[in-house]
Amino acid sequence: MTAVVNVFLKEGVLDPQGKASHHALDSLGFNGVADVRIGKQIIIKLDTDDRAKAETDVKEMCETLLANTVIEDYTIEIN
Amino acid sequence: MQKTLKVAVLRFPGTNCEFDTQYAFEKLGHSTELVWHETETLPADIDLVVVPGGFSYGDYLRSGSIARFSPVMKAVTSYANNGGKVLGICNGFQILTEAGLLPGALKRNNNLHFISKHQTLSVINNDNVFLNKCEKGEVLNIPIAHADGNYYIDDEGFKALEANEQILLRYSDKNGEPVVVNGSVTSIAGVCNENKNVFGLMPHPERALEAILGSEDGIRMLKGFEA
Repeated sequence: MTAVVNVFLKEGVLDPQGKASHHALDSLGFNGVADVRIGKQIIIKLDTDDRAKAETDVKEMCETLLANTVIEDYTIEIN
Repeated sequence: MQKTLKVAVLRFPGTNCEFDTQYAFEKLGHSTELVWHETETLPADIDLVVVPGGFSYGDYLRSGSIARFSPVMKAVTSYANNGGKVLGICNGFQILTEAGLLPGALKRNNNLHFISKHQTLSVINNDNVFLNKCEKGEVLNIPIAHADGNYYIDDEGFKALEANEQILLRYSDKNGEPVVVNGSVTSIAGVCNENKNVFGLMPHPERALEAILGSEDGIRMLKGFEA
């Protein structure tokens, strides 16, 4: 199975890269952009077909290493 | 007679301030020992552990996020939990926040630049072993060199920091007024833990030891540990 983890700065925590990209889009004439947030995507190949186990394991990976929950939120998608 | 300290200086792949840190403490008359990250125990009878600056593990994932799982960090955590003194400078500060030994986190600078310059700092609290030789409100001139120095803590955490006098330093102008350097919450440049035995700061006191190189204000900071 493959787990796709998206990690983003929490709402309310200023995302300087998102803000700079937002300004860049504005100056290129892309109007109507309300907000831009930049995160990272981590793709993990797992040696299991057990979806429940995969979810549990990946959640633990996020809490332990992949995200810093002081400033970041994460989402997990298992395929 | 000044007490001679025995200082353990950690070294991870990508650390680059370990020799400056050794030089600084040795210049002040102390003895130092480099400790490789795979070491599981700290040297006996040490007075201080310094987690120096650099780019441990290339800053991959997040600055300090991988180094915090090194075997030596387990030893540092138990040393700190037993009251041992720990100082994290720059990447060392990032490692200590990632390890949960210090509150908050360090994000990318607001202007997205690597900022490298001399910076004035004001001393916010000196009732601790690190800054006891500095005056409250005193302005120090210490170099900074970082891309991820933007200190974040939530409101509740910030209130606790203030109430417990855990804010050590703020970026300031030469009159001590806070200035925005990297976007840190209330311009915080350094904090300590609640028990005041673990200290972290982004500026580099070990690079401010000689007037001819711009400042010797780092001496008084590092000498604090002699108390």
